Amino acid sequence: MRLLTHNMLSSNIKGVTNGFPLLIEVEKVIEKPVDFNPDFLKNMFVKVDWKALVDASRSLGYAELPEETPESSVIDSDDFLRKFHHALLELHLEEGALVCPETERKFPVSKGIPNMLLHEDEV
Amino acid sequence: MWYLCMFFHRLLDYRKAEVESLAELFGYVGDGLEWKLPQHHHPDSPFHFVNLPSEELARTIANRSILIKGIYEVWGEGGSYEELEEAIKNYPDDRKLPYLTADSTFRIIVDSFGKVMSFQEQNDRIKGLAYIPFKGRVNLKSPEHKFWLMQTDDYGVSNGLPPVAQRTIFFGREVGAADRKLLPTYQLKSRNYLGPTAMDAEMAFLMANQALVKPGKLVYDPFVGTGSILVAAAHFGAMTMGADIDIRVVRDGRGPDCNVWSNFKQYGLPAPVALLRADNNLPPWRPSLKEVFDAIICDPPYGVRAGGRKSGGRKLLKGTVDPYTVPDDKRTDHIPSTGAYCLSECVHDLLDVAGKMLVMGGRLVYFYPVLREDDSRENHFPEHPCFRLVSSSEQILSSRYSRVLLTMVKIGLYTEEIAEAARIKHLEFRENHLKWLEDGNLHSSVFASTDTQLPATGDAKFSKEPRRKYRGKYV
Repeated sequence: MRLLTHNMLSSNIKGVTNGFPLLIEVEKVIEKPVDFNPDFLKNMFVKVDWKALVDASRSLGYAELPEETPESSVIDSDDFLRKFHHALLELHLEEGALVCPETERKFPVSKGIPNMLLHEDEV
Repeated sequence: MWYLCMFFHRLLDYRKAEVESLAELFGYVGDGLEWKLPQHHHPDSPFHFVNLPSEELARTIANRSILIKGIYEVWGEGGSYEELEEAIKNYPDDRKLPYLTADSTFRIIVDSFGKVMSFQEQNDRIKGLAYIPFKGRVNLKSPEHKFWLMQTDDYGVSNGLPPVAQRTIFFGREVGAADRKLLPTYQLKSRNYLGPTAMDAEMAFLMANQALVKPGKLVYDPFVGTGSILVAAAHFGAMTMGADIDIRVVRDGRGPDCNVWSNFKQYGLPAPVALLRADNNLPPWRPSLKEVFDAIICDPPYGVRAGGRKSGGRKLLKGTVDPYTVPDDKRTDHIPSTGAYCLSECVHDLLDVAGKMLVMGGRLVYFYPVLREDDSRENHFPEHPCFRLVSSSEQILSSRYSRVLLTMVKIGLYTEEIAEAARIKHLEFRENHLKWLEDGNLHSSVFASTDTQLPATGDAKFSKEPRRKYRGKYV
């Protein structure tokens, strides 16, 4: 699971009002190179929740992203785009879990696939 | 300028829709393209004239398309070879001579529709064109200019092809042609990981064209299965994302080298940016996320070959027992049961998710089944206030039912009020038109034995002119 996906997901258990961002429980992180596509990154930059991305990348052991939401002008910096690219698309949570911030329910991630399906008593 | 467009004689209902979509993809702005039929030709004829603003656009469209055999600048047409000669001679020299120069290479291809021409006959036809002042050298392998002599005959209507009132011959210069080599490369029979409803390569590419897929776009399939639709989108350069409710399909496949990932690796395509297990009925997207996908392409489960599932056990959904609680010690490995997910609900959820998650101008492309006896279907495709229907193309699957590829474009912002209005509208729609979509009714209609089928449909069925089906070419 890439952090782009993490940035889009939330816990949708019935009754949970604040299911985002999901905490990450790490068992295994891998890196997979992905073709660099500046246009795609610029598109995504305005869509991501920056704080969630920074926190998630730190929990996977990557601390290069700035804490504060950057000015929109930074997307013209190649250095920044490379780091953003790496954090968003190249870091993978291969094994672990996503944890609902409100109920601590764990959504397992195995073989890189997050299992977001709810139990019968959660819908 | 008017160009002649010759289509492969397949998927007739999809041909113009594809050209229109590709024109838009490559920058054509306007209210649809202008089309006209050659004289006396049936609308199902493979020959159509289309008005395109530039040769460059015509070439780009043809190269990307799946169903165009070629786009040609016509130098002459006629009902006989004498008429053709007259027409070619009258075609302005300044349009012809630049392609006939001594330093160029060319070849002439003779093609016929509805009849076979012997090699000898083809050669004679080429020699018959001696009145055109070709000065260049012949090069059969990689000529600069390809000229086509295309003939369709009055072969009568009995051979299962669309009727042609009289013989027509076209002569023209090829502007562009489709790259059908894609299809053998991607054909399903050589793909590693397949499911029972994997989308065949030709249709998957058509769907990607309808969705205006191009490099850097993010494409989502909420019923990803083995990824057969996303493979086509990835071929055209899109970033892909897929979800499925069945964890075995998306995570495990049939082993380490036979799963969704391996299907992309097999063709050297970039892997999907995300695969996840999620329920389209209860999508796990964060509430503040919207307008993130450029296109959503899918083949929803419509309960004929594969049925839909959603979260919540069957009993729980029907409310016949008290809500079921999973004991705490069993939570980790618990496999939640799922309930049936009927098509009308599935389509409602799909439109709702698409309304929220597509960018403005983004396209939703999906299949929707129709019973062929249902007269009223033309006007009764699902609707949503955020969307405008761009095209609907029918593919006949059996004598009982077809599937229609619906292409919709997002034209309105998604708000809570609109979502609620859409939900109410959908309930009416479901009440009035969708009874056959509920709980397996479609399945029963498709598979009912003929004895029980006939009395139910009545005489109306016989008075209605059936849609032509040319030797399975709609299929």
